[in-house]
Amino acid sequence: MNLNDLINHTSEWLRSTGPNSDVVISSRIRLARNLDKVVFSHRATKKQAESTLNIIEQAISTVGYLKKSMIFHLNELDSVDRQFLVERHLMSLEFAKSSNSKAVVVDEQEIVVIMINEEDHLRIQVMQSGFNLFEAFNIINQIDDALSKELPFAFSPELGYLTACPTNTGTGMRGSSMLHLPALVMSGQINRVLQAVAKLSFATRGLYGEGTQASGNFFQISNQVSLGHSEEEILQNLIGLIRQLIEQEQQARQVLLTRNRSLLEDRIYRSEGILKSAHIISSQETIELLSMLRLGVDLNLIKNIDRSTVNELFILTQPAHLQKIENKKLSAQERDLKRAELVRKKLIKS
Amino acid sequence: MLCDLCGKNQATVHLTEIIDNQMSELHLCEECAHKKSLQMEQQFGLADLLAGLAEFGKPGEDAEATRLKCSNCGLSYQDFKKIGRLGCSECYSSFKKYLSPLLKKIHGSTRHLGKSPYKVGAKPRKKLDLAELHLRLQKAIENEEFEEAARLRDKIRELEKKDETK
Repeated sequence: MNLNDLINHTSEWLRSTGPNSDVVISSRIRLARNLDKVVFSHRATKKQAESTLNIIEQAISTVGYLKKSMIFHLNELDSVDRQFLVERHLMSLEFAKSSNSKAVVVDEQEIVVIMINEEDHLRIQVMQSGFNLFEAFNIINQIDDALSKELPFAFSPELGYLTACPTNTGTGMRGSSMLHLPALVMSGQINRVLQAVAKLSFATRGLYGEGTQASGNFFQISNQVSLGHSEEEILQNLIGLIRQLIEQEQQARQVLLTRNRSLLEDRIYRSEGILKSAHIISSQETIELLSMLRLGVDLNLIKNIDRSTVNELFILTQPAHLQKIENKKLSAQERDLKRAELVRKKLIKS
Repeated sequence: MLCDLCGKNQATVHLTEIIDNQMSELHLCEECAHKKSLQMEQQFGLADLLAGLAEFGKPGEDAEATRLKCSNCGLSYQDFKKIGRLGCSECYSSFKKYLSPLLKKIHGSTRHLGKSPYKVGAKPRKKLDLAELHLRLQKAIENEEFEEAARLRDKIRELEKKDETK
């Protein structure tokens, strides 16, 4: 499989099969790992970075779970390809900015991703559909163990895994879930909820992680603290918090259904109408309307479209995905046309 | 809605900032949002935040701290304060005296309680085994697999007993 094959392939985390997938789109765990005594990526010379890349690539090829994975060297990818991987959540925006001696390893189902020479030498990430942090942890734990037999990870018994940034020291673990909270946004409760999240020292981010704003009612909730607690405790705390957010969202949805049903139906069916008939549509408008459409599917108000079709559209309508589908560079105006066409085709067909 | 900054274009970017538990909202057009984000990056990177923390309550560190360098990678403590990133894993021992209070501020702790890599010795792995069992127990309960849950619970008790008697 290569990069162009990914386009016809639905990422595992988009399938909306996991627990609570009415509210939780996906769950992700990443571990930051470095090689002992080797200069961190941001200060490495080209030669050092190349050597780190080689050592890690070699080690990855011995891990059974990753035998069938693809490896993309960033210097071999053009800007559309890179953005394409960012849109699929296979690498970070920060990582895509420069291409020196960097690579990303992706398994066939797009569950496991390893970024090499990011801020840390390795950023291992596992994505799952729905509210599935435990499952993600089990998978990543095994991969981490397998890699630790091959690679001398920087570790101190006192401080744990040693990372480039002190905010990741210890477990090097960041767990997060992507939540869809349209009812909390519509009922104006979201600010109160996000403030509470911040007070408990968990972080809220947008669709594409660090440095991005929440859009289309999507919020990514993650732990901030990585030292002083076991991986299990950190996840338990995060899961407890997310469980409450899920309940709040579900309650808010019921309240909207009982007290503001016509208003809710109007917004949902209008969104469906625009998506099915627009001929020019921006990516921001698409995300907002798809968010409403998804709410309609979740509440069983829209019956002939499945959740996975909506999920898939979130990704396929992104700029780089459209350009990969058309197999050529498109201007913003051309994209708005193609996007509308694609959305109509997918929604009317289903 | 028009952009809060230029007042001309349609606002498409909605920015929420939380500072000291005070929330403020800003509605911006694409162009102003881009300018604002560059501005924010310049003014307020993570490095600044960390540097601010490291600075905190440390008078008299200066004479020694200005000379401090990592023996492995050569990064100076002064440069670490500027960039907010360490140079290599050895920096943790080289700057230990100054890093400990920083880690304490960020995480509220300076003691790792999580897993360890395979090679670093077998003992801490016991903790991981227990953690893993706890995870599986939780999952079994969630899936209403009570036989499996009971089996896991017994195994956890057994392991915990062993730990105590050691």
